[in-house]
Amino acid sequence: MTPLLDPLAWLILLPLLWATLAFLAADRHGPMLALAGIGGQLLCVIALAGDVASHGSIGHLAGGWAEPLGIRLVADGLSLVMLLLTQGVALTLALYARSYFSQATPPAFWPLTGFLLAGMNALFLSGDLFNLYVTLELVGLAAVGLVAAGGGAAQIAAALRYLLATLVGSGAYLFGVALIYGSYGTVSASLLGSLITSEAPLAVWLAGGLMLTGLLLKTALLPFHFWLPPAHGGAPAPVSALLSALVVKASFYLFLRLWLGPFAALSEALPALAQVPAALGATAILWGSWRAIRADRLKMLVAYSTVAQLGYLFLIFPLLGTGALALQAGILQATAHGLAKAAMFVAAGTLIKVGGSDRVLGVAGAAAHLPVSLFAFALAGVTLMGLPPSGGFLAKWLLIDAALAAGQPWIVVVALSGGLLAGIYVFRVLRLAFRRPTTHDDVPLPQRPAALLEWTAFALAAGSVLIGLGAAPLLALIAGVQP
Amino acid sequence: MKALWRSLTVVALLGLAAALLVAVLGLPPAPVKLAGEVATNLGASGVSHPVTAVLLNFRGYDTFLEVAVLIIALLGMLAAGLPPPPPTGSRNAMLPTLARLAVPLMVLAAVYLLWAGAFRPGGAFQAAAVLAAAAVLLHLAEILAPWPRDRRGPRLAIAGGFLLFLAIAAALLANGGLLRYPPEHAGLLIVLIESGLTVSLAVNLAAFFLLRADKT
Amino acid sequence: MSAGLIYAATGCLLFVLGLGGVLLLKALLRRILAFNLMGSGAFLVLVGLAQRDGTPDPVPQAMVLTGIVVAVAATALALTLARRWHALTGREDIARVGDAGSRARRMANDRRKVGR
Repeated sequence: MTPLLDPLAWLILLPLLWATLAFLAADRHGPMLALAGIGGQLLCVIALAGDVASHGSIGHLAGGWAEPLGIRLVADGLSLVMLLLTQGVALTLALYARSYFSQATPPAFWPLTGFLLAGMNALFLSGDLFNLYVTLELVGLAAVGLVAAGGGAAQIAAALRYLLATLVGSGAYLFGVALIYGSYGTVSASLLGSLITSEAPLAVWLAGGLMLTGLLLKTALLPFHFWLPPAHGGAPAPVSALLSALVVKASFYLFLRLWLGPFAALSEALPALAQVPAALGATAILWGSWRAIRADRLKMLVAYSTVAQLGYLFLIFPLLGTGALALQAGILQATAHGLAKAAMFVAAGTLIKVGGSDRVLGVAGAAAHLPVSLFAFALAGVTLMGLPPSGGFLAKWLLIDAALAAGQPWIVVVALSGGLLAGIYVFRVLRLAFRRPTTHDDVPLPQRPAALLEWTAFALAAGSVLIGLGAAPLLALIAGVQP
Repeated sequence: MKALWRSLTVVALLGLAAALLVAVLGLPPAPVKLAGEVATNLGASGVSHPVTAVLLNFRGYDTFLEVAVLIIALLGMLAAGLPPPPPTGSRNAMLPTLARLAVPLMVLAAVYLLWAGAFRPGGAFQAAAVLAAAAVLLHLAEILAPWPRDRRGPRLAIAGGFLLFLAIAAALLANGGLLRYPPEHAGLLIVLIESGLTVSLAVNLAAFFLLRADKT
Repeated sequence: MSAGLIYAATGCLLFVLGLGGVLLLKALLRRILAFNLMGSGAFLVLVGLAQRDGTPDPVPQAMVLTGIVVAVAATALALTLARRWHALTGREDIARVGDAGSRARRMANDRRKVGR
């Protein structure tokens, strides 16, 4: 392939290009630009996947300068899975959003989405701690802008709370980078991997603590989850789906990357440290599920379910040292949850739009007039509960396997009870949906939504189930990633 | 309860501050010294000022993304809803005179900063900040009217400078890498990028003040 | 102690001060300023710590310039949101907006509407 069409570079350039054009066109042609652009990005990921499958890992020197002077971009199996998930979900959500916003698109929705995707792709591909800071800000500010879309008081409050949380998170991260640069004179992740040893000075330990804590804040792991439910629950459905399915995964990805890469020596020197994210994750599963069970509004239920499901991602950390299973479980959970949560928010958006009520009780009777959306919601619920054959089932199976092998039975207990609790909040919605609404006499039957609204949700939910059956190529991709 | 939480936070912060001070003051020398590498490669960078060389060449990719961050902030403002136009007629009588005197000098200073960036402190961002300040001054003096949200000119200026940067970054892929300048053309390309960025960033910064909701 | 180290130590204190401000203060404007203090602290450490042996290093200086622009963008967004919030509600803080009462009321309404 000619260097001019380097798929790795275009994964970053293409979303920047169409986002800028959408900004220039002042909200006209947004859907067309987005669909063409994300379609192109998906082709880039597929081309890149071919390269990574044959070479293992692809590097690209931005500016042509080798490290430590320049910035190296890297694509390996782990980044590729995240890129694939991002473009796949984004393309489906763009189709949904085009239909969902057929009357009025919130201002700047399309350009912000493009910049958000550019930031995420740049984040997944960057191998430089300072450059990663810039990508974190790209993602964070674009996400805040999307939450503020519409400009009502509730949205602005959610956006402000989210902004302050995300800024403190990236501020802590940046301070850590400053300490790292002072300690080693470089911010290249690959060079730091060999420079940082278990005898690292105190400054490096503090840097690691600040950077990882900052990322936990951005990933909304309990007790830093406070900003997530209003932001994800209050935004328009396509935005909620984008944020819950993808954006929180970006900071998790970076946490995982730092843990396995530059800070591997530190986490190996003090294995007890890995219990901290795991304990927080376990608490998040229980607390998030409880709040989802008690939620009053449908989208808050789905948002609290995200708080709970993010907890699973952090259960893997004490198990990473014992074999490849835990990493596979984590990546599979991130992927399956990404698809299922996008499906769930999108289905909830349709239920709310058509039913006219944002309450959980508003879904009463939905089984009769929105069977496809409801089926998508249920299918996504299957993944969240971890029932076979879904991706969530396989992820939890691998997690339990790894926990038993590592002699950490408490993780098994948490994983299983989390599935049970997910069952309660999913069935709470389903049970209501099959009930006849009492208001059917005075309210005319709601209009059927556009087919695209329903079938995009179905496609995402089906993907989250099917990934459990076809996980082999996915797991093969990350097999090359060495913890 | 709240007071307890606050005092715990303060204690934790004091602990963090003490730990950071101990860590920073006792830090051994860094194993990698980048200053030497910058000096060695300065000749091939196309500029003679080391900071500009890092900013636009060695780590030009950072700068490329950071321009996008500024555009995102502006988009966030558009998404949240623009403030209403300010009431007119309340300006200070001195302000227009001051603006008419100062703005030409500010434009001159901006051009100098842009030009100086290649060999001494200065560059596109500094120049853009001065230009944006000039625009704000004109706006406060009510010489420059607020921009309605769909005005084409500002959008064209903001997107144009960034698209030029993007086009150069993409074209240089043919040379083997994102923003990989051929050394003999690096100087020219950097000047081109910086000129585009000066306009784009200046309008972007000014837009935070000047973009106002349409009168309804 | 070299000048670089003094800057770095000051940066540490500024960062913690800013962090405390964002966590403990109520008024939005102050919290946004406190966030900027955190950033300034990080910038001082970035530049000061790297040149603690006395030789200037252009790389962290360029990083700080990038960081400043990012901080400007974040501050601008925060200020526009804070201003919008003030215009909509007349409030200068986003301390928890309690809707527990209204929530209980709505629950009671639902129980009446949907037969159990």
